[in-house]
Amino acid sequence: MKNDPKTYITAYCSISGGKVYKDDKLIFKEDTPDETADFLLSVYKSFSIDYPKFYKMDNLSKLGFLAAELLLGGRQIAEEYGPERIGVVFSNASSSLDADLKYFETVKNIPSPALFVYTLPNIVIGEVSIRHRCKGENGFFIRDRFDTDWMQFYVQDLFDRGRVESCICGWVECLEAHYHAAVYLVESCPGEKALPFNSKHIHQIYETDNGEING
Amino acid sequence: MSMKPVYIIADNMVSPIGQTAKENFDLLKAGVSGIRLHHTAFSSEPFYAALFDEHTGFADNIPQSGAYTKFEQLLMASVRDALSAARVDHTGKRTVLIVASTKGNVSLIEKGSVDTELKKRIALSTSARLVADHFHFTTAPVVISQACISGLVALITGMRLLQSGRFDHAVVAGADVITQFVLSGFRSFHAVSNLPCKPFDAGRNGITLGEAAATVVLSVEKPHRPGSIRLMSGAVTNDANHISGPSRTGEELHYAIETAVKEAGIAKSGIDFISAHGTATLYNDEMEAKAITLSGLQQVPVNSLKGYYGHTLGAAGLVETVASAHSLLSGTILPTPGFEMPGTSQPLNVNRVLQSGRYNCCLKTASGFGGCNAAVILQKDV
Repeated sequence: MKNDPKTYITAYCSISGGKVYKDDKLIFKEDTPDETADFLLSVYKSFSIDYPKFYKMDNLSKLGFLAAELLLGGRQIAEEYGPERIGVVFSNASSSLDADLKYFETVKNIPSPALFVYTLPNIVIGEVSIRHRCKGENGFFIRDRFDTDWMQFYVQDLFDRGRVESCICGWVECLEAHYHAAVYLVESCPGEKALPFNSKHIHQIYETDNGEING
Repeated sequence: MSMKPVYIIADNMVSPIGQTAKENFDLLKAGVSGIRLHHTAFSSEPFYAALFDEHTGFADNIPQSGAYTKFEQLLMASVRDALSAARVDHTGKRTVLIVASTKGNVSLIEKGSVDTELKKRIALSTSARLVADHFHFTTAPVVISQACISGLVALITGMRLLQSGRFDHAVVAGADVITQFVLSGFRSFHAVSNLPCKPFDAGRNGITLGEAAATVVLSVEKPHRPGSIRLMSGAVTNDANHISGPSRTGEELHYAIETAVKEAGIAKSGIDFISAHGTATLYNDEMEAKAITLSGLQQVPVNSLKGYYGHTLGAAGLVETVASAHSLLSGTILPTPGFEMPGTSQPLNVNRVLQSGRYNCCLKTASGFGGCNAAVILQKDV
């Protein structure tokens, strides 16, 4: 489509293997390998985030919450665009299996409603939406592996339809000891980086380890 | 952005009521509900639900043990019937399979230790690939898991893929099965009704669970037969309020309705009936009544089909879309089994009896955990 609105990745954040990157900088690194929950708590504490609900979340939601929090870095996008103009689109491979296994452990004794509520992958969208007041289009897709083309298609289509002016999107995968978030903010304003929103750049964010992304 | 027309060219429902869309719809008109009192091994107390017989095979030619789980067999039975009516080349590059489910194969974790192999087997993308391979689809399937709006998001995604020009046909299938995992979870929330559910009723006290599959085949090619249904538009919103309770105001579902109406390019006065989510929890039905009232649609006949099928989770949006399409085609608005006394703060025109007339346009809505809402507009192509 030739008349597509131009879209840009204006910020990105990746969390995996004990490291947190914001844009091209390594901003957190754990000293010794930790359990997923402990690592996520260390990240939460090290950035002095004050959001008591964090403690109630399952690991997938904690991961997505932290990635979105560091991605936005205090920006109030709901104030800038209006809550209805902000979308959230996530994808992963394991759905909510991490929470499913933990919930089902409780079924033998007393089934836990506090765990059951996290047995849907899109709850992380709910948590991010509550925190940042995102009321626009949202979607959760399961792919067996990270798929740049799918995200690029689905999110660009939301811009093309005029549904969103800003979208938090990416990969948020968590299963037991393995976790990997690669999220990015897409906007129609180029921002400082002016990184065009395309499959190549999405892929680079997913592969972030040296943190270098060149437009 | 120009909006290519998208047509429903075939459909199916496999439910405890029937094996095809027509069989289901005929029995719905006759007032048949799939809800029964069940005694199962996974629940110490009997419970009302719309479940398949334990020994039901869903279709001939689909292996009933070993290779495919019950969830996959159910999806396959539904896809098979829809494909046989659609007559499109689904093995070509221009057709995509879209699968919607909340919990898919979660029952596999109920059997004991869960090793790496089993974790891969449980994944929804594994089921989607098995279904795609079984029918020789050659494009990668798309999988949506978005709580109780999964079915509608799958339809909306199919529409968007077709309008973008990426594909000409989308086979959109949804299914969920009820197991110990699902039942115990909703019970832990005290969300399961002790009697068959009573949507929008003053005495409603929770959901009744159900299992089903449904498939809608979307196409950019207009069917040759007269009287086809167009999927006009769709929109998704989020409450940004609470992960397990709906919006207090209904504003966000209202916004989804307004957006869908606008995208469809129709006047709200043209909406002949609303197929609501109507789960029969106190809060869901109250929120929907507020949203429908905010949209100025409180006089429009509204039904919930949960009294027929129970809440079929990821399949619900597709099951109810198929029933709504048949309602438009046959000039029939279905009643709302379980509804007796108005029970929402904003009164709605809840449809109690089978109505006949000329109906052209329907609004279908759904809402779910995670604060998500969806709305689609169906219209008879005249």
